[in-house]
Amino acid sequence: MPAESETTMADTTTDADTDGQPGQDGHDVYGHHPGLTGEGAQEMAPENVTSAANRLRELGGVLRLSEAEAAALGARMTDDSPPASPDHDQTMLINMGPQHPSTHGVLRLMLELQGETVLRTKPILGYLHTGMEWTGEELTYLQGATNVTRMDYASPLFNELAFSMAVEKLLGVEVPERAVWIRMLMTEMNRISSHLLFLATNGMDLGAVSMMLYGWREREEVLRFFEKVTGLRMNHNYIRPGGVAADLPDGWRDDVLRLLEMIPPRLDEYDILMTGQPIWRNRLQGVGVISAAECLALGVSGPILRSTGYAWDLRRDEPYLAYEDLEFDVVVGSYGDCFDRYAIRLAEVRESIRLVHQILEAMPTGDYRVQDKKVTPPPRARIDESMEALIHHFKIFTEGFKVPEGEVYAAVESPRGELGCYIVSDGSSHPYRLHIRAPSFVNLQTLPHMMRGGLLADAVAVISSVDPIMGEVDR
Amino acid sequence: MSQDEAPPDSGAADDADEGAPEPPTRHGALVSWSRGQEVVHPTRDTYLEVITTLHGEGFVVGVDLTAVDYLTYDAPRHLPKGIAPERFEVVVSLLSHTQRARVRLRVQVPADDAVVPTLSQLHPGLEAHEREVFDMFGIRFEGHPDLTRILMPEDWVGHPLRKDYDSGRIPVQFKAPSDAR
Repeated sequence: MPAESETTMADTTTDADTDGQPGQDGHDVYGHHPGLTGEGAQEMAPENVTSAANRLRELGGVLRLSEAEAAALGARMTDDSPPASPDHDQTMLINMGPQHPSTHGVLRLMLELQGETVLRTKPILGYLHTGMEWTGEELTYLQGATNVTRMDYASPLFNELAFSMAVEKLLGVEVPERAVWIRMLMTEMNRISSHLLFLATNGMDLGAVSMMLYGWREREEVLRFFEKVTGLRMNHNYIRPGGVAADLPDGWRDDVLRLLEMIPPRLDEYDILMTGQPIWRNRLQGVGVISAAECLALGVSGPILRSTGYAWDLRRDEPYLAYEDLEFDVVVGSYGDCFDRYAIRLAEVRESIRLVHQILEAMPTGDYRVQDKKVTPPPRARIDESMEALIHHFKIFTEGFKVPEGEVYAAVESPRGELGCYIVSDGSSHPYRLHIRAPSFVNLQTLPHMMRGGLLADAVAVISSVDPIMGEVDR
Repeated sequence: MSQDEAPPDSGAADDADEGAPEPPTRHGALVSWSRGQEVVHPTRDTYLEVITTLHGEGFVVGVDLTAVDYLTYDAPRHLPKGIAPERFEVVVSLLSHTQRARVRLRVQVPADDAVVPTLSQLHPGLEAHEREVFDMFGIRFEGHPDLTRILMPEDWVGHPLRKDYDSGRIPVQFKAPSDAR
């Protein structure tokens, strides 16, 4: 393929230049910069200058590959071995992203292709890095939710929930029952909207453009409900340490019921539009297969883990809020391919609808936030009559409430998997350290494994089925 | 829930001698409780060993790996007796699906020799987290296959989440009077 070889040369040169001069002296195989911090290039180097250890990692050698696969790799797994495959010059390195419509944000993938086949993949991150963990250390605990909510912007309420649960564990406060159920209602609605967004973008990535319009349309209806409750379509800052920001507005029940009535028939339409369609199935079935063992080794959670048939859902297995009072199924797949991940998310929308029905039945009355004056700002009306309320209000909004020292980890099941929040407190009103365990960050690490040996056209389907949100990957 | 107190039903085999003065340990590493969560404090030498043993015990999922820079931490550190506080701490969260249990490991890492062994052979998924910790804190992971920056640009100088990292400021038009300093 002469045309391809030419591209190969051009591409390799470009990439190698950013690496410094890789392999110039034969030792510095990664072309490390001699800079102060001594770290090397983030890009994927061409195969002939990639160290054996790194190749092993990229190819999934650290996972338990089958013996045949390991043997096939074995020949080129020593550091002294000559440039990997004899037909090395037939491969080319290409960049996909960071500006690519189907990378779901500023995700950059470096792919090594042989013809149409993807040999190696390396996700290169950081294009959306804004230091949100650092920002979290600067904000008080009350302001903290405004920061974390912007991480996974497709499911902001889960970020707020994980953060609030961690802070509440540190504070040792018990959230009132109504707040717990409002949180469950809102996060389940958020799961619906997030999965609808997935269905929309998944359709769009595979060429089912009408699905994109339908998915966005239904998601917008859910966001309209969020706007009514929280004041904002996204980035709500609604779930806060101690409860929720405001009680549900008048008529919320009718709004929810209207949504619950509207969405299921639409899901049936999606089934007709996509699930049973031969083109849809051919594009997704058997594509991007991952095994349960690989998922566990990579720490993957959420729909990707469940698509392999491994039933693990924090709502059921480590119940938080009041999920042990609710009845729902953990949906699992069986093949671990893109189709299973699509079908699981579609089914999880139905499960969430089932959950919301139960939440509507059981929604208790009472306080929507904890009545602890040191944590909860007083209602506006009280400030006019009570000096103490004014002082508390002033203290909470200027200085913030103090959280006893300690460290804690809290995790929730977000639409993408386990979303964890690790907070270290030094007893002041700011977190000493705030770390978010972002499910997308971990799930992205499956891309090299899912894409290996697949077609370039399927790469888009695989990225889409991981459903990464770059806001939380880069934080 | 009161602080640092073991939950009443934490009947782990190693904690059987709760009343005895012996501090609780797990695989030779001291154990403490933080808000009802089990925290194991291995030293850097026993770190890999403890995690390998835990892996064999069923803690096969490496959920999270991060670090904390305790440089400006004013409050008491609440470490078990025998663990000397250091500037950095690498925090690893492990999960066992079969036991539905979590365990957190906190390793003290001195500032002048910020190196810990990598977990990427045992928990390949933590490889990216280790890169992030290297990027943000400058802690090196011995044996890591690809210890490069992951979030910051590769020519960045410094490690942004260190507490002595200057966060920078926006230049302003006016100047302080010359006798101010």
